Amino acid sequence: MSADADSSLRFPHRHLLGIEGLSAATIGMVLDLADSYVEQSRKPDKTLSLLRGRTVMNLFFESSTRTRTSFELAGKRLGADVINMSVSTSAIKKGETLIDTAMTLNAMHTDVLVVRHSDSGAVKLLSEKVNCAVMNAGDGSHEHPTQALLDALTIRRRKGRLQGLTVAICGDVLHSRVARSNIILLQTMGARVRVVAPPTLLPGAIERFGVEVYHDMRRGLADCDIVMMLRLQLERMQGRFVPSVREYFHFFGLDREKLAAARPDALVMHPGPMNRGVEIDSELADDIDRSVIREQVEMGVAVRMACLDLLTRELLGNVPS
Amino acid sequence: MSPAPKYRTAYVNARLIDPASGLDAAGGVLVEDGRIADIGAGLFGDGAPEGAETVDCGGLCLAPGLVDIRVQLREPGHEHMENIESAGRAAAAGGVTTMVCLPNTEPPIDNVAVMEFVARRARETRLAKIHCYAALTRGMAGSELTEMGLMGEAGAVAFTDGERAVANAKTLQRALSYARTFGHMIVQHPEEPELAEGGQMNAGEIAARLGLAGLPAVAEVIMIERDLRLVEATGGRYHAAHLSTAAAIEAIRAAKRRGLDVTCDTAPHYFALNETAVGDYRTFAKVRPPLRGEDDRQAVVEGVKDGTIDAIASDHAPYDQDSKRLPFAQAAFGIIGLETLLPLTLELHHNKHLTLPAALALVTCRPAERMGLEAGRLAKGAPADLVLIDPERPWQIDEDAFRSKSKNSPFDGRPVQGAVVRTVVDGRTIFGAETKREAA
Repeated sequence: MSADADSSLRFPHRHLLGIEGLSAATIGMVLDLADSYVEQSRKPDKTLSLLRGRTVMNLFFESSTRTRTSFELAGKRLGADVINMSVSTSAIKKGETLIDTAMTLNAMHTDVLVVRHSDSGAVKLLSEKVNCAVMNAGDGSHEHPTQALLDALTIRRRKGRLQGLTVAICGDVLHSRVARSNIILLQTMGARVRVVAPPTLLPGAIERFGVEVYHDMRRGLADCDIVMMLRLQLERMQGRFVPSVREYFHFFGLDREKLAAARPDALVMHPGPMNRGVEIDSELADDIDRSVIREQVEMGVAVRMACLDLLTRELLGNVPS
Repeated sequence: MSPAPKYRTAYVNARLIDPASGLDAAGGVLVEDGRIADIGAGLFGDGAPEGAETVDCGGLCLAPGLVDIRVQLREPGHEHMENIESAGRAAAAGGVTTMVCLPNTEPPIDNVAVMEFVARRARETRLAKIHCYAALTRGMAGSELTEMGLMGEAGAVAFTDGERAVANAKTLQRALSYARTFGHMIVQHPEEPELAEGGQMNAGEIAARLGLAGLPAVAEVIMIERDLRLVEATGGRYHAAHLSTAAAIEAIRAAKRRGLDVTCDTAPHYFALNETAVGDYRTFAKVRPPLRGEDDRQAVVEGVKDGTIDAIASDHAPYDQDSKRLPFAQAAFGIIGLETLLPLTLELHHNKHLTLPAALALVTCRPAERMGLEAGRLAKGAPADLVLIDPERPWQIDEDAFRSKSKNSPFDGRPVQGAVVRTVVDGRTIFGAETKREAA
């Protein structure tokens, strides 16, 4: 399958603000297109001219190297002009508001704004004020849709499906936008989702998400197909949410002994960056038979290429009538 | 010198409703020099008296002007959001003739000088009457008591730290005890601050889905139950503001049964909306305490019906666009309410929860009596603070029509029933289609 063959597909939304609201068919379409971009990225000549002349702006209000680089590569491989802007260090300190920043960038005729912000809902607010397409690269504890899509692509390529798989999401679900997007996507695609964490790291109403809740790793991982670890930020481990790193790793860190409860072919995933020795055993993270963490990074570029492609089709009139 | 001629107005052909006395009958009111000189069923049946200006009420309801016991004025300090004049105009349009304002101005109302400033500005504007709550602690910082005696003499209605809970148990205990010297009351914002820290909306499924930190319902009842123990221990007088949860209402209900000197109010948004109004990060629905779940909303309605909740106050909290057009977590907490207090309170009547007089009692005599205000009654000798209401008239709330400088209402576009036709303060019409000349 090549990217060109799919050029009649339509993404039925103006922005990509979250997984919430995307149908299984839409998600499947994104993943199919992303598959073709995986192949494209493996070629020696990686760059297409699909988005030549278009401007993609990476607007990051929260520092990030990995995600920003992934979006930057995705834009460049499609031939777009990509500009990176870190706002945390400039405008906001001068008192400029989020909406002012959005209006300014909008006036520069940006075609796609890729936005990360530390506040839930901030990307949606910004999307209401601009003419261009907006992609959510993570907003607070709300959503991180391209992460969930790249996780889904990774799983689908390894397991051949999402439907019917059992996925355990482990760790700081409370603060995690990755967890929220993944729970919604996996359920939409027919997977069974479990969450495994101490109650202090779970939202109070977590059972209303239709997930199975576990506070014990061995039970939570029993017969799982996929083990998704979440990053636990260090400042949350010093007595606020869990008593210590040592205690957390002992009970909730993923090691071979706990992983043994899962299916023998279970895959280990992590959205990165990892805290080795905190939520995941270092050696296990590097085990190419079990860990697909590096593959997730590769899929990230392909998924973001697919999303940029789909979002600009409608906007730029690239959809053949 | 001969005495100045009396200025008289006759309100004829009215349906008089005085919730305090239970009067609900056709009749009229005679106002002389700003006070009610006569009132009664059948008054002016033979026509209005000689020399009086006559107002034909057309059979509509003439009731005491509304008494709103929880209003933020923003003056001094934040006059771009609201000032005493704009709040006065909003009050007039909303049928509110008496407001009690919170001390959270800048500087705060924690000394006699700021109180006198507010009183002078209120006199100058000659709109709705304004009374002050004074700060309970200096700078509302929660530790040192203010000059409660002196500010009481200067007219402070009660003492509160406004939107901040008095969290320190020792401070509250001393305040409740010391206030007994003068018979003053303490008004609490009941929210346990550590549990509420960082919270943005009601804790629950919607907050979890939106990725917003929760304000748990239990933070309200924990503070109330602690406070009630202190009230019992000190014999103090206590009023809990804007209750929003079933558990807290039940705690007050039980305390009243035990005979404690406690009362409470709620705001219209706690019975007219629930947390779903936050929808997709609507900051106009961001308020503290937060809009709760449906069970709690129904409990507020029950509390109003069975009398546990003594008053409805607007909790008018004006914020400009710059405070609200922000990511949800950065936006200010608050809803304006002076101009929507009456129609939203009347929803309780139209939805058959309360009779019309019982609904009006919650925004007139009951809050006035608890706060010791000479207001909220249609009685001979009382100030002529009146509102003429068409209780059936349907209309749609429209933020563009608000007199308030701020527009932060989640009720924009809501169809309501019951409109203010005329508002009268001390015999002067301050709102109404046919505003009359001052002198005869």
